[in-house]
Amino acid sequence: MKTEYKIIVDLIEEKTRVLDVGCDDGTLMESLKKNKNVDARGIEISKDKVQTCVSKGLTVIEGNAELDLKQFPNDSFDYVVLGQTLQAFVNPEIVIKELLRVGRKAIITIPNFGHWKVRLNLLIKGTMPITESLPNDWYNTPNIHMCTIKDFVKFSKIINFKIFKSLALTNKNISNINNSNLFYKNLFAELGIFLIEK
Amino acid sequence: MNIKENIKTLVIKKPLKLDCGKTINNFPLAYETYGSLNKNKDNAILVFHALTGDQFVTGINPITKKDGWWSYAVGPNKSIDTNKYFVICANVIGGCMGSFGPSHKNPDTNKIYGTDFPVITINDMVNAQVNLLDHFEIKKLFSVVGGSMGGMQVLQFISNYPDKASTVVPIACTSSHSAQNIAFNELGRQAIASDHNWSDGKYLSNNTLPDKGLSVARMAAHITYLSKKGLQEKFGRKLQERDALKFGFDADFQIESYLRYQGSVFVDRFDANSYLYITRAMDYFDLVKQFDGNLSNAFKKTKAKFFVISFTSDWLYPTQENKDIVIALNAIGADVGFVEIKSDKGHDSFLLDVPDFLKTLKNFLDKSYIER
Repeated sequence: MKTEYKIIVDLIEEKTRVLDVGCDDGTLMESLKKNKNVDARGIEISKDKVQTCVSKGLTVIEGNAELDLKQFPNDSFDYVVLGQTLQAFVNPEIVIKELLRVGRKAIITIPNFGHWKVRLNLLIKGTMPITESLPNDWYNTPNIHMCTIKDFVKFSKIINFKIFKSLALTNKNISNINNSNLFYKNLFAELGIFLIEK
Repeated sequence: MNIKENIKTLVIKKPLKLDCGKTINNFPLAYETYGSLNKNKDNAILVFHALTGDQFVTGINPITKKDGWWSYAVGPNKSIDTNKYFVICANVIGGCMGSFGPSHKNPDTNKIYGTDFPVITINDMVNAQVNLLDHFEIKKLFSVVGGSMGGMQVLQFISNYPDKASTVVPIACTSSHSAQNIAFNELGRQAIASDHNWSDGKYLSNNTLPDKGLSVARMAAHITYLSKKGLQEKFGRKLQERDALKFGFDADFQIESYLRYQGSVFVDRFDANSYLYITRAMDYFDLVKQFDGNLSNAFKKTKAKFFVISFTSDWLYPTQENKDIVIALNAIGADVGFVEIKSDKGHDSFLLDVPDFLKTLKNFLDKSYIER
């Protein structure tokens, strides 16, 4: 399982209710059910992946986070997870607010656009960066709102949500992000993982 | 009708108060079963049939000698695996395959009911069928499954009997018949009523049959079960056994001939008055109104696991109407999964060989059965 998922599983308390937004093939949900005895639900936009989830016995609805979070009442979940898709939404602000309405807490992971390889790519080549975690060309990428770890921290102040815990994933190593190391983490981490609250 | 004497029938002695106010008792409910009930009696699935279906879900229908209406989905190793599950299906009341319906004799007058038969509802249908659980001494069904009108019965069933099923699978259906649904049903009913042979519903006493009207009703309805794309691909403007247009009103086009055929075979197996009664029951179905405008309340008492399935090309019960059920369930934190299956086969997709659908249904049931 991806290190990212292991971190998320560790962040989530046992026997809670979790909604995985963009649950993909259900790998994270399965692990949450198995390791944390969680009541897990998923939303997934791809029909094929919903069918894969069903074949694993997972409760998943086919849908789009921007349209389908609306149907859940306030605080229906203890945690709402959004893995590496914030950058693909038309309006990330609305999505974050919806996540925090539906869930008491949210876990958001973002591919870090501030990573040195991304910066170097643009600096040297002068073309939009293509890396392992960002494999698409500028014209066919689903990612329309890329941000860096620093941007996300800044965003928390702009739209007013609390970052409870922020973790950086660098070469499969996990470390805490704080004010004093933000510059370095923003340069070296491939992924930022944030536990946030209203 | 002698051929129908071999149909399995449960006589329901318990009085059933219908929504129309009348009470019926000692009435027949025709049913069929497939597979076997296990020791714990916890492997039973109640399948509900659609408008023109019957209890003969799979195998060869002994009356029509054709494949059962859900042969693709139900049988050994199929989506609803009869090696594993005990499948029960009853002919709805109001129907014409042995259950109490308008072609039966009224014991009080010794005349065939015809349109004197009480108007029945989806609620009445499931309240009649729940008696099958007592008959088989089943405390709780593993699942209730059905498409189209069968899906409406699924929703009504779990609403009426929240503890009587562990899983609930409404397919290609709605919680409330739309104006368009009612309009198409009314077209069918008017086609029947305008056939002179219908004689205000007394045709069986007169020894005539409103075949023309019933077949037109079927033709119109059949169009609603298919998609524009499906029709275009299958028929396009292809001509029927001719090289050029004949400049007349024969069936020049294959689609015309196909519809006429569908209409003509339908009248051999279906009763016109049953068509009126069952379409009426569908039109009256409004689970939202039954719960004062809040569909969530219909499901508040159940802990069952739901799985809702719709089809991309179904314009009779479109995805949004199926999704409204999902939304109502999510609003109360119910356990609900949902998928829209990609298919060009229209509303009929659930009856046809649509591998993604059949696989998904199987996966949901089999996984839920293990985890129950």
